[in-house]
Amino acid sequence: MKPKVGFYWMGTCGGCEESVVDLAERILDVVAAVDIIFWPVAMDFKLEDVEAMADGSIAVAIINGSVKTSHDEYVAKMLRKKAGLVIAYGSCAHLGGIPGLANFHSIDAIFDRVYKEVPTVYNDKGIVPQLRTEIDGMILELPTINNTVQKLDDIVSVDYYIPGCAPNPDLLMAGIQAILSGNLPPVGSVLSPNRNMCDSCPKERKEEKIMVKEFKRYYEIIPDEDQCLLEQGLMCLGPVTRIGCGELCMKANMPCRGCYGPTDQIEDMGTKYASALATIWYETNEEDIDRIVRSIPNFASIAYMFSLPASIMKRKRIKSEVDFK
Amino acid sequence: MTVELYVRKESEWEPKVLMFACNWCSYAGLDLAGTSRLRYPINVTVIKTMCSGRVEPTMVMKAFKEGVDGVIISMCNPGDCHYQDGNYKTMRRFALFREMMDSFGIEQDRLQIVGISASEARKAVQVIGDFVNRMFELGPFKEDEK
Repeated sequence: MKPKVGFYWMGTCGGCEESVVDLAERILDVVAAVDIIFWPVAMDFKLEDVEAMADGSIAVAIINGSVKTSHDEYVAKMLRKKAGLVIAYGSCAHLGGIPGLANFHSIDAIFDRVYKEVPTVYNDKGIVPQLRTEIDGMILELPTINNTVQKLDDIVSVDYYIPGCAPNPDLLMAGIQAILSGNLPPVGSVLSPNRNMCDSCPKERKEEKIMVKEFKRYYEIIPDEDQCLLEQGLMCLGPVTRIGCGELCMKANMPCRGCYGPTDQIEDMGTKYASALATIWYETNEEDIDRIVRSIPNFASIAYMFSLPASIMKRKRIKSEVDFK
Repeated sequence: MTVELYVRKESEWEPKVLMFACNWCSYAGLDLAGTSRLRYPINVTVIKTMCSGRVEPTMVMKAFKEGVDGVIISMCNPGDCHYQDGNYKTMRRFALFREMMDSFGIEQDRLQIVGISASEARKAVQVIGDFVNRMFELGPFKEDEK
């Protein structure tokens, strides 16, 4: 009997599912070796079908997306029980991802913004989604939404991580082959080499000492194709990011955004990036330092673009933690 | 010259303050405060580093997470760094870190970057006293621990 594999998505954009499809013709090899028994985005299996299975009957559950609602939590816990191995697939499951930036705001502020304040929203009655609505005698229920976005391993134990937004299909293929052959690294490993992006970056560092005069955003300049992007004043997260993606962004002349997450040696990506970024410009008086720091809009969101729920603080501080989940 | 002594307020809660002091200037300055028998509040815990440039924003963030209420990073005065530009690096690093503090909802007052030379024992005591007073005003970093 072929081992069973389940895919599931939580708070995600669908790009991770797309990257599974990006296996292209290799997906036939995968399907030849395993049975896919659950994949909401592509196949018609219901949650009840999985609930009816015996504990431990699924070999691998590959879960992507961040945990934001009570439904996400429920399915993640259920799949953990049913599956022998749980793989956190993609930045959102691994680190919290871009949805994790919601942690810089409270849930009330997000609801106000999305349903009331956005200029294109016409909502003069101020209607916001309710957990329970009764229409014509029928009851509609929605899952509760948590105040804090969490990564998958905050909810259940995770055996392996495949990073990336979206992950490189080669990593998934290598992961599946490793599982099938039983040749697995220690539990808790990130299935991507533990090396730094600058190590394998195709761009060249031309200056002995990087001396940035001011920082720029992507749209402000057309960067030189061969030169290090940090030298050109773009905020590239390469110094704190793990390799594995194939340096796709740098090959397209874009700075690294850090979706593969930090290397094992780094505990907190954002503060480490602040640390690294401070060494490439050389202003020495407070006014000049202030001027440069002010020229960076929303530095925290750049530094924590994919990793806020995996950071030390995890979210914006809430003064009273009593009524907060 | 007399140093204004810190007056302890009546309160059950005591702030915890972490102070990173560089080996060459600030720690020597604090040492001088000790040998000169100057008094400063017991709320401060001093950690000696070779240079203030050793202190990473990650350490400060972790300190806050672990329940410290305020952090002082004391370095050599600008131009005096034993390693030439370590203190400038600290200034730049924590200017960036301050931007993050806003996003994380941490009050700016909970972090102070200050230059203290080996002879400025009185300044060191003054800085610590003022800082601890400010922490009493701000209250605990983790509200529920009050």
